Amino acid sequence: MEEILGAILRALSFGTPLLLASLGAIINERSGVVNLGVEGMMILGALTAFAVAYGDGTGNGNLYLAVLAAMAVGALASMIHAFVTITLRANQFVSGLALTMLGLGVAGLLGKRFEGVPLFNQAPELPFTIAAVLLALLLAFVLSATGFGLTLRSVGENPAAADVLGLNVNLIRYGAVAFGGAMAGVAGAFLSIASRPSWTDGMTVGLGWVAVALVIFVGWSPLRAIAGSFFFGLLYYLQFALQGKIGIPSEVFAAMPYILVIVVLALAGARGQQGAAPEALGKPFTRGER
Amino acid sequence: MSNFLELRNITKRFPGVVANDAVSLEVKAGEVLALLGENGAGKSTLISILYGLYRPEEGQILLEGKPVQIASPRHALQLGIGLVPQHPLLVSRHTVAENLALGSSGLFPAGRIAPKIEQLAAQYGLTVDPKAKISQLSPGEKQRVEILRSLLGGARVLILDEPTSVLTPQEAESLFAVMRNLREAGKSLIFISHKLEEVLSITDRIVVLRRGKVVGGLATKDATKQKLAELMVGRNVDFSRKRQPVQIGAPILEVSNLSAKNSRGLEALKNVSFTLAQGQVLGVAGVAGNGQSELIEVLAGLHPPSSGQVKFEGTDLEPNPAKRFEAGIAHIPEDRIHMGTVPTMTVAENLSLRQYSQAPLSNNGIRDLIALETNAKEKILEYTIATPSSQTPSRLLSGGNIQKVILARELGANAKLILAVHPTYGLDIGATDQVHSVLLERTKSGAAVLLVSEDLEELLSLSDQIAILYHGQLKGPFPVTEITREQIGLYMTGGAV
Repeated sequence: MEEILGAILRALSFGTPLLLASLGAIINERSGVVNLGVEGMMILGALTAFAVAYGDGTGNGNLYLAVLAAMAVGALASMIHAFVTITLRANQFVSGLALTMLGLGVAGLLGKRFEGVPLFNQAPELPFTIAAVLLALLLAFVLSATGFGLTLRSVGENPAAADVLGLNVNLIRYGAVAFGGAMAGVAGAFLSIASRPSWTDGMTVGLGWVAVALVIFVGWSPLRAIAGSFFFGLLYYLQFALQGKIGIPSEVFAAMPYILVIVVLALAGARGQQGAAPEALGKPFTRGER
Repeated sequence: MSNFLELRNITKRFPGVVANDAVSLEVKAGEVLALLGENGAGKSTLISILYGLYRPEEGQILLEGKPVQIASPRHALQLGIGLVPQHPLLVSRHTVAENLALGSSGLFPAGRIAPKIEQLAAQYGLTVDPKAKISQLSPGEKQRVEILRSLLGGARVLILDEPTSVLTPQEAESLFAVMRNLREAGKSLIFISHKLEEVLSITDRIVVLRRGKVVGGLATKDATKQKLAELMVGRNVDFSRKRQPVQIGAPILEVSNLSAKNSRGLEALKNVSFTLAQGQVLGVAGVAGNGQSELIEVLAGLHPPSSGQVKFEGTDLEPNPAKRFEAGIAHIPEDRIHMGTVPTMTVAENLSLRQYSQAPLSNNGIRDLIALETNAKEKILEYTIATPSSQTPSRLLSGGNIQKVILARELGANAKLILAVHPTYGLDIGATDQVHSVLLERTKSGAAVLLVSEDLEELLSLSDQIAILYHGQLKGPFPVTEITREQIGLYMTGGAV
C-alpha cells in the first residue's frame, strides 16, 4: 500500500514538469505555432532558477524570484523562435530544433560553476503540482468559454479569418509563443529547485520532448493533458523504480520514454488524433492579397 | 432615394496596368446594383478598395455624402460596408456561432450571439443552425454565414462577390430570395457577376466595367443580354446556335458495351455504346459524377475498362495515353490547372509536355531549348495566349489563357478525336467564345469532338448529337434537332420520357 502511494507521489512529481510544459505548448500550438524548442527553454529555465535560488551560496536566494526569472528567461528564449517563425516566416520545425540545441548548449556552458553544488533552500513540489492542475482547468475554460480563447483558437485554425476582422494575428501568436516559453521555464525551475534541487548538465532528460509529444497525444486539450502528464509521469517513475530489479539493461529503461513517445504518437495517428491539430499549425501567416 | 455610397473617379494602378481608371458609380439605399465585367476588368480591385484592402491613388469615396478613407476591412464594416467573399473566410472546425462571435471579448461569446443570429436569420430568411459546424455546411449555407456576419456588424451595403459561382440553381434561388428581403429592408447590394441571366433577373441597375473603365451604366429594365455582352466584351457576341451543318465522314470512334469501374471499385459505366463520325460533335450531358470522368479517362487511356470494346479508326488501341495521343486522341481535361498543366512550369514547357522528348523538341534524347522557345512563340501567337512571356509559370495565367495553353498543346495537326471536358467552365464570355470557335474550326477539317459539359446552353449550341449519362448508362445519342431541353433535364435526373 505504502509502495503504491509512493509510486503515485513520484508519478505526480515526474508528471508536474510535463504538465507545466505541455500546457504552454498547447497554447502555443493552438495559436498555430509549433515550438520544438521546449527542451531548450526548459533547461534554460532550470539553470536560471537554480542560479537565482542559489544566490551567494548560503541558501538565501528568493525562490519566488527564481521561478519568475525562469519564466522570463523561457519567454525571452521563445522570442527568438517567435521572431524567426512569425516575423520572418521561417520553418517552425527547424527553428524549434535550433532553439533546443542552443538552449542545451548555452545552459551547459553557463552552468559549469553550479555542477555538484548543493542548494540549501529547496522549494516544495506540491504547490507546483496544484498550480499546474489549476492552470489546466483555467486554460480549458479560457479556451472554450471566452472571447479571448475563441480568438486564439481561430488564429490557429484560420488566421486569415481573424485577420480580416482586424485581429492582430502576429501579436496573438507572439503572446502564445511567449506563454509557451514561460511555462517551459517554470517546468525547468521545478526540476532544478524543487524535485531535484541541484544543477546537472542535461538535467531535463528529454522531458521537453515528451511534453511536445504529449500535446498531440492529448489532442491539444488542457484537461486531457492532466491525465496524460501523470500517466507519462508514472512511466518515468517505473523506468527508475524497475532499474536493476529485473534483468533488463538500464539503457532499455532510459530509452523507454522515447520509445513510448513513438508508440503513443503512432497510436494517436492511427485513431486520427492528428486530425485534431489546429489547421494552420506550422504554417506561417501571410496576409493574402486579393 | 439618396446615394448611400458614391465613388468618384477612383483610379488604382499596379505595375504595368491601370486596374481601375477613373471609375465612378453610386449605390442608392434599397437598390441592387450589378457590377458586370469579364475576368480582369477591374471588379476585384474595386471591391478591394471598397473593403479597405487597397488604397486608391486618385478619387474619392463618399458615404452618405461625406468623404471617407477606408483603412481596413474592419473599418469598412464599421462604416457599414460588408463583403460576402467568393470563398468564405471561416474557421471550418468551429460552429456558426463561434465564427460569428470571433472578435468579441468576455465570457461565452458564442452563446451570447446565438439569439441575435436566430433573430436576423428569421428576419431575412437566412436559415442556418448556429450550433452547426462550418465543415458540415453546404457552400450556400457558408455564404449565409458570411451574409450574417456583415449584417451583425451593421452593414448597410453588402458586396456579393460572384456569389452564385459555387451554388446549385436551387441554392442560387434562395440567395436571390434573401437578396430581395435585404432590399426590402433598405439595404444596398452590389452584385458582382458575369452571368447575364442572373444579373437581368435580380438587379435594379447595371454598371459594366471593361479594362478598368466604366463602359456603361443602365437600368436593368432597359438591358438585354445582347447589349450587356457587347458592353462587356467590346464587340458583337453571337448567342445563337454556333454549329453549322457539316459533312459527316466515316466513323472514327466506335464504342460498344463499354463498362468500367471507378476508383472505389464501383461500376461507373454500364454497357455504353455509341459511334462518333469524322466532323461530328457529340455532347454528353449529365450531372457530375454519373460516369463522365470514367468515360473520358477510358477513352484517353488513363483508366482501364472492365469490359467492352473501343475501336478508333477501326482498330483497337493500347491503353497508353501517350500512344493514344500519337494516334490522334486529344484530351482537354476537367481540371485544367492540375491535370491539364504543371502550374509551376513555364508556358513554353507546358506547351511542350506532349512531345518534349521527340523531334523537333529533342534530338537524340537532348532537349532543344531553342526549338522549345520557337514552338512556344508560334503557339502563343496562333492561340492568342495572353502571357507576359513564354517563360512565365502557367499558374500566373488566367483560367482562359491556361485553357488556351492546353488547347494549343493538345490540338496539334494530328488531332482526330478531341475529348473536351467542361472546356469553358469558369471562363468569361470572350474566352468561352474563343474556345468554342477553336473546337468548331477543327471539325471542319474532319476532327470529331466528344464534349462533356454541364452547361446545356453550350451543349445545345455546339453539338450535332446529344447523349445523357445517368448512373453510368448512356441515353441516346439523339440528334440535337429532335430533343428538347426539358427532355434532357428529365434524362439527367433519371426520369422517364
